[in-house]
Amino acid sequence: MELMQALRIVAPEELLSVAGLILLLVGAWRGDTSSRAISIACVAVLAAAAAMVVPALNSGALGPDTSAFFGQYRADAFASFAKLLIYISAAVALIVAPSFFERFRAMRAEYPLLILFATLGMGIMVSATDLITLYIGLELNSLAAYVLASFLRADGRSAEAGLKYFVLGALASGILLYGMSLIYGFTGTTGFAGIHAALAVGGGSGGVGTGALFGIVFMLAGLAFKISAAPFHMWTPDVYEGAPTPVTTFFATAPKVAAMALTMRVAFGAFGAQVAIWQQIVIFAALLSIIVGALGAIGQSNIKRLMAYSSINNVGFILIGLAAATQQGAAAMLVYLAIYVAMTVGGFVAVLAMRDAEGAPVEDIAALSGLSRTRPWLALALAMVMFSLAGIPPLFGFWGKFVVFQAAVAAHLVPLAAVGIAASVIGAFYYLKIVKIMYFDEPSGRIAGTTETSHKVILALSALAISPLGYLATRWLDGLTMSAAASLFHPL
Amino acid sequence: MSGFPIVSLMIFVPLVAAIACLVADAPTARRVALTATLIDFALGVVLWTQYDIGGAQWQFTERAHLFAGFDWALGIDGIALMLIMLSVFLMPICIGASWLSIEKRVGEYMAAFLLMEALMIGVFAAQDLYLFYIFFEAGLIPMYLIIGVWGGAERIYASYKFFLYTLLGSVLMLIAMLWMANEAGTTSIPVLMAYDFAPGAQKWLWLAFFASFAVKMPMWPIHTWLPDAHVQAPTAGSVILAGVLLKMGGYGFIRFSLPMFPQASAQFAWLVFALSIIAVVYTSLVALVQHDMKKLIAYSSVAHMAIVTVGLFAFNVQGLEGAMIVMLSHGLVSGALFLSVGVIYDRLHTREIDRYGGLAINMPKYALFFMLFTMASVGLPGTSGFVGEFLSLAGIYQLSSWVTAVCTTGIILGAAYMLYLYRRVIFGVQKNADAAAMPDLDTREWLMMVPLALAVLWMGIYPESFLAPMRADIAALDARLAQARPIGDSKLAAAKAKPAAPALNAAGAE
Repeated sequence: MELMQALRIVAPEELLSVAGLILLLVGAWRGDTSSRAISIACVAVLAAAAAMVVPALNSGALGPDTSAFFGQYRADAFASFAKLLIYISAAVALIVAPSFFERFRAMRAEYPLLILFATLGMGIMVSATDLITLYIGLELNSLAAYVLASFLRADGRSAEAGLKYFVLGALASGILLYGMSLIYGFTGTTGFAGIHAALAVGGGSGGVGTGALFGIVFMLAGLAFKISAAPFHMWTPDVYEGAPTPVTTFFATAPKVAAMALTMRVAFGAFGAQVAIWQQIVIFAALLSIIVGALGAIGQSNIKRLMAYSSINNVGFILIGLAAATQQGAAAMLVYLAIYVAMTVGGFVAVLAMRDAEGAPVEDIAALSGLSRTRPWLALALAMVMFSLAGIPPLFGFWGKFVVFQAAVAAHLVPLAAVGIAASVIGAFYYLKIVKIMYFDEPSGRIAGTTETSHKVILALSALAISPLGYLATRWLDGLTMSAAASLFHPL
Repeated sequence: MSGFPIVSLMIFVPLVAAIACLVADAPTARRVALTATLIDFALGVVLWTQYDIGGAQWQFTERAHLFAGFDWALGIDGIALMLIMLSVFLMPICIGASWLSIEKRVGEYMAAFLLMEALMIGVFAAQDLYLFYIFFEAGLIPMYLIIGVWGGAERIYASYKFFLYTLLGSVLMLIAMLWMANEAGTTSIPVLMAYDFAPGAQKWLWLAFFASFAVKMPMWPIHTWLPDAHVQAPTAGSVILAGVLLKMGGYGFIRFSLPMFPQASAQFAWLVFALSIIAVVYTSLVALVQHDMKKLIAYSSVAHMAIVTVGLFAFNVQGLEGAMIVMLSHGLVSGALFLSVGVIYDRLHTREIDRYGGLAINMPKYALFFMLFTMASVGLPGTSGFVGEFLSLAGIYQLSSWVTAVCTTGIILGAAYMLYLYRRVIFGVQKNADAAAMPDLDTREWLMMVPLALAVLWMGIYPESFLAPMRADIAALDARLAQARPIGDSKLAAAKAKPAAPALNAAGAE
């Protein structure tokens, strides 16, 4: 039966929703003392969901067999790849949270559940092949995220972050929705397949009609907010700084992957017939993001704000892959996202390890002075993350930039690649500054205390992934991302 | 492809030793580093003796398809062999120079140097375009740390300048490489060396590669990172920077720019000559007025590298051979000069020329070595400097007599500032009591100076040992460039032998 097949295809989302609801009841009954147990249960649920999506990725699933609910949802290799990255990031956010929040006596059972529901929303986002489904997933993710940002109720910065995120996010969702309504109005359908066909018909020499053009632009603007691409990036530094660090770790990784995957679906799936229209916008956004992300970080004194600008910078490079508008470009974006998740997880877990003698978190960059002498291995891991983010060989971060530029050059966007890579040198300046502070300056002595074992393990795994050993994984990664990109470009 | 992967071993031995040094204490780290560099030197000697002169162009090749998009492909020809020999020869001397002068964070220091050695060998041995790029760029990280942690008073500024300058120069090269690989369908350097790119495309590709190698060489006016980096780096850092890192720029020209873009090289030869002749004269004049010994020698490095670029773009065998010998000679001589400065810096902790004087009286053996290296830098026949300079100038004369005239002037200025330095430091009266109280060379310093002196003399008296491995490769490069060679203005032609004179008594006897 069609329904049974559809239910089988959406199995990961079913698992997450049922588990979320059950654990919500458990949390309500047992109270906050059960939060650690619920966190562990949520990690287990995420692992089970990951096991469910892996077969689709390995087999390179594509085409109509992966489609559910009359083309509103797709569980192809592309969605599986993105979901795997999302589940890993969510699991990390769950693992590192309890020790952070327990210090503030703010660990609630709702935290893991909010992460779970946000992950559910993100799963829907990356599998969406219909405007309404897209919006459902996006809002489920966003609403959970707004609450997560203000999780430390007693902290002014956290409340400010949550409020800013909510107001700006609601505005962006509104713009997105308006764009979606225009698209619906001028193409007559909300399904990506139908939109693609309608835009292809109206296209050719005349391009698209003004209404559809406005719709495309508004949708891209709304999506640009979600991926924190310039010029819609303003919320990122404030929200990343104000939110509790485990939540920032989550924000910098999972929603970024989900929103980027969503943008890829929209750009190649729905608007794939009119590449010339959105390519220019994406090129502009890419270059602006790289430059804003680079220049904005130079004067920062808070490490979380610096990482926020660094994520804007990285989004710029990923958008260069989008501008290439080819399967190679899409595969390059996925490779970059995978490496980006590894780097960002490592970076933020290192930030979580920055505690003073009482165990209170320290966020000043100046506190990192001389870390190489007081905590040599932590400093080494953070230095590797910094060089990797800057894209300096032989760290693995270089590979992400390499494949993106390779795709751009293959798509004959050589000037874009040249300007993009020259602008990456600006970013190198502040990554070097962190290394300089850790290695060349006198120890400040402010960072003391020991790190949890779980943090050390995650940091070690991340450092291993971004080390030169990561290059041995390039062939495997290449195969996976090429099949994911092939499924993305498969006609809807 | 066959046989023992000796080049990979030469790369991995220092890498493993570097990781060991990170966790070891200071005395163990020093010993591990010295052992590893000596092992690599021994492997280098094996490489040299086993190299088949006149045999296959690429020897000791290895290829493993480990990565997506590029391979772990290594292999050497004569040019790469000589540069690898230079690297493995200088490294134990660098470790020896740092034995006593580096006291804090010794393990990390040795690890950085060993990592540097692995990367240098990788640069010269890489046979894959992207593998070359990765090794080339990766060298920035350890050098940045060496300058920034163990350098002088202005080390932070110097380390940043070095890193960002060199990075900006090289990133455009990556885009050019991506375009080339896309166009030619291969990333193998030997294949690309024979591939004919369209002349219009060659122009942009040459400029992108030029941006990178010109900063690395360095060429005027983008040489300004070098005086700061050399002066602020610790002694061994300056030795390896001047000795090997600068040669990567020259290697880049001879491996990439010339064979892969011959028409563009001929088209832009005027640019290279213009920048080089300005560099030779300008930096020599600047060196003449320096008060800091290391800065003086740093500027002399820029001048010597200008002779290299002039020789490389002479488009004939003499020029190319001369440029290679200047590279090898300068690596030894400049390394030795920085070492000499380090010897007296270790004693008095100042590089000011005025603080020394009359060192021939209390340090005669040191004065002797310093004299040898000064003369080698000037280009005295019998030393390696002469061989290189002579061949380069002979080569460039065939192409442009004007450039030769200016470069020779620069060489005269080179003699001026080196002799002036020598006179102020070594000769004259003993102005300062603390300088007069300095002891002469000890055993460790002897052990560093003697091999360098012997190598300099060997290259000066019998350069054939160094030229022979490179001859075939340079001839092949010359053949490749023949199609693009510009016409020279000197119009040299081989003389016709005159008929033998009639026997004297036949004419004299009446």
